[in-house]
Amino acid sequence: MSTLVPQGRRPQRLTIGRIGVYAFLLTAALFFLLPLWIMVMTSLKPMEEIRLGNIIALPAAMTFEAWSKAWSSACTGLECNGISVGFWNSVRILIPSVILSIIAGAVNGYALSFWRVKGANVMFGVLLLGAFIPYQVFLYPLVRIFSMTGIYNSLTCIVMVHVIFGLPTMTLLFRNYYAGLPIELFKAARIDGGGFWSIFFRVILPMSTPILVVATILQTTGIWNDFIFGLTFAGRENLPMTVQLNNIVHSTQGERAYNVDMAATMLAALVPLVVYFVSGRWFVRGIAAGAVKG
Amino acid sequence: MSTVSVRDVTVAFEAVQVFDGLSLDISEGEFIVLLGPSGCGKSTLLNAIAGLLDVAEGQIWINGKNVTWEEPKDRGIAMVFQSYALYPRMSVRENMSFGLRMAKTPKPEIEKRVARAAELLQITPLLDRRPDQLSGGQRQRVAIGRALVRDAAVFLFDEPLSNLDAKLRNELRVEIKRLHARLGKTTMVYVTHDQIEAMTLADRIVVMKEQKIQQIGTPDEIYHRPANLFVAGFVGSPQMNFIKGRLENTGEGLSFLAGDRRLSLSAYPFATAPSAGQEVVLGVRPEHLEIASDGTWPGFKVDIVEPMGADTVIWCSDPVGSVQVRTTGSRKAMPGESLTLHVDPSQVSLFSAETGERL
Amino acid sequence: METISIRAPSVTPSGTKTRRSVRTRLPAAIALLPTALIVLVVFIGCMLWTVRLSFTSSTLLPKLDWVGFAQYSRLFANDRFVTSAENIVIFGVLFIAGCLIIGFLLAVFIDQNVRGEGLFRTVFLYPYSMSFVVTGVAWQWFLNPGLGLQKLVRDMGFESFTFDWLVNQKMAIYTIVIAGLWHGSGLTMAILLAGLRGIDKDLWKAAKVDGIPTWRVYTSVVIPLLRPMIVTAVVLLATGVVKLYDLVVAMTLGGPGIATEVPAKFVMDHLFERNNIALGTAAATMMLITVVIILAPWVYIRYIRQDGRHA
Repeated sequence: MSTLVPQGRRPQRLTIGRIGVYAFLLTAALFFLLPLWIMVMTSLKPMEEIRLGNIIALPAAMTFEAWSKAWSSACTGLECNGISVGFWNSVRILIPSVILSIIAGAVNGYALSFWRVKGANVMFGVLLLGAFIPYQVFLYPLVRIFSMTGIYNSLTCIVMVHVIFGLPTMTLLFRNYYAGLPIELFKAARIDGGGFWSIFFRVILPMSTPILVVATILQTTGIWNDFIFGLTFAGRENLPMTVQLNNIVHSTQGERAYNVDMAATMLAALVPLVVYFVSGRWFVRGIAAGAVKG
Repeated sequence: MSTVSVRDVTVAFEAVQVFDGLSLDISEGEFIVLLGPSGCGKSTLLNAIAGLLDVAEGQIWINGKNVTWEEPKDRGIAMVFQSYALYPRMSVRENMSFGLRMAKTPKPEIEKRVARAAELLQITPLLDRRPDQLSGGQRQRVAIGRALVRDAAVFLFDEPLSNLDAKLRNELRVEIKRLHARLGKTTMVYVTHDQIEAMTLADRIVVMKEQKIQQIGTPDEIYHRPANLFVAGFVGSPQMNFIKGRLENTGEGLSFLAGDRRLSLSAYPFATAPSAGQEVVLGVRPEHLEIASDGTWPGFKVDIVEPMGADTVIWCSDPVGSVQVRTTGSRKAMPGESLTLHVDPSQVSLFSAETGERL
Repeated sequence: METISIRAPSVTPSGTKTRRSVRTRLPAAIALLPTALIVLVVFIGCMLWTVRLSFTSSTLLPKLDWVGFAQYSRLFANDRFVTSAENIVIFGVLFIAGCLIIGFLLAVFIDQNVRGEGLFRTVFLYPYSMSFVVTGVAWQWFLNPGLGLQKLVRDMGFESFTFDWLVNQKMAIYTIVIAGLWHGSGLTMAILLAGLRGIDKDLWKAAKVDGIPTWRVYTSVVIPLLRPMIVTAVVLLATGVVKLYDLVVAMTLGGPGIATEVPAKFVMDHLFERNNIALGTAAATMMLITVVIILAPWVYIRYIRQDGRHA
């Protein structure tokens, strides 16, 4: 080695450092993947194997029985029709909630960015502060209001709640996005004679595709994963999947069927996971956009 | 003996091979400028010299030592960046002394060097401020100061003035030249795309294009005897006039012929043997075109006049094409006016139309 | 210079609005009206009503009497509530600190030009897409004393290994912390990684030329530069801490006993199951006050002091 003349590429030092980096990352990856692995494995095993066997082992005899049970016959409280009921409930809650909350956020963001309305910024400030306050502070009076107007415990109720509590984030998202658009666009449209709504639909909305994607991802994940509003406002016929999952797992009826529990959990996790994997970079962009407060 | 020697270097940068066996020798105390458009590889070469990029093949020698495998901090270099790259939450003094503190230099020595550098660059009153409290020009001085305290034999500049406005750029350009003069034996390798910086600062210029060296020479050589079409067009503002034509054998030797324009080339110093009938490009700098009533090329009509104060640039054309003429500011001209131009054949450059190389 | 006057919505110098500009702004005001109403009724109105109810003796239905601070004194004498307050502090500190540290380490290591960076990022971030219920159920199963981690390690030969934290009064809250870290570290990593990537590459080069060791660059240069991102992450995580409910319900139902009670759960239980609206709203008001106390300095620094600087 002593007669080696240095030329060309440096010899690979830092091998220990490199190994350390990968070791750390792989260990972390293990930590993050383990629960998912266990959920999937458990859901594919029969109960005897779960009781006797090893929680991380592959199933000896893979069976999807737990999954079909979870879907169609698990007991979610008084009924035993499986979590499929919750799935469709969640869908029925999701679609109108996402659409309406995005529309609301977009219109608000647009109005706040381009039009100067007196007091609008104060309202926006209060809205943002409201996002930090725990829901429990608003919950009971809200229940009373819905009760008095007769829409408590209905689909309308839960959709309205999602829209209301989605307003701070959605408005912030769209406002920040629109604030980044060149104001000349808007001014040119005004000179051309555009009014509030025509400019919105013809100029601004067509330019909103990226933020619409981000908003959809955020709202879909947030609303699908919601528990507390579903529990409080949806009413027994409309309980979302998260609530039903909780009921299945904590049900006191009969013996704990861990494989069914896990299958149900996987089913509940499916939609957000799919959204996550499909959206890729957009998911991260959504976090970044939502994270930049004010 | 050269201070910096790049020997047969190939660099692989982002899976692309850059520089196939490039070599360059820089003498001690020289101010050498790497000049070229974006993407020509000048910054890559600088980073390779600094050790911030690995060379795939070849060697880098600095001050008689083979530093190909050395870390940047052990190469005896100092570097100044386009974006200043000052450590944001530290004062100017801390910025300048950070490296020395890491190297466990004794405190009195650190203070001495910082004071000397600050005085040289006139930033002594700024020593306790933070970078975000400084202007662009001040920040760049601090960056140079940070390089100065390293007492390095070789200074590397990576487009240091590109982020500054025109006026500041002129000021700092002069400062850098003054600094080089004061520091005596310090070699400076300077990267820029601005040919004015290159012309004013350099002892030698290395013109680069697409990772290949086009020409190495003094500013005078580069300006008056460019080695190819690219160098000729890149250096000099307004740009050199290019006229396509042919070589023709007349009674007194070779002449250049383009349409109605003829120029006798008997006074032209040919580097390679020309041949009659060869397609060539004639290059004439605007200041080498004289307006003279008895000139070689009559029949030009003035298109546009650009009065610049000290000079006037006149765009004029004839059926062959248009040229720019630079003349004194006191010369007035009107669009539509007829002009006759005179060309001195010993001042022109002749290039092969096929290869672009100088003939 | 403008010979064409453009009537954008604005106030003329004399302070009075021209009729035209008011008319053109009307649709905007109308569009914002529903939100304004909601802000008024829900965000302000309901909040005030909750506070009002905390001063009553309402049980199953609201009763608008006045009992002063009686509910509050009952609150602080209530074991469940006191435990929940302790728990939320423990959880809050460990969760935020843990997420920051783990998230930072993950971001730094991923930023080292590793192969499969995209894959790693996907793996670290996917838990954030899961609901807290799913997270709670999964971890509850994993940490199941009889069939989960404890059994696993014991089967591997470590006979005396115990991990019954889930059913241990003292340690149960830490299982919630672990589940929370699993859920939230990826988010922190994403935020900090974005910050890392935004750092001028030339800064690293300058440090290399200066001979600054890598770890020192991180402590003296990188972390100070990351301060805004760290603040953002802390704010986001903190909102999650206060809202902690789903995770606890799914994982331990507040148990064993009251070992993992949290304020949000306390409020929900008393409002809807224990038929004690007054106590529940009192607890909710306490949550509100806590949030305000934490937020006030941040809002002040971010918005009010800044305006002062510009004025």
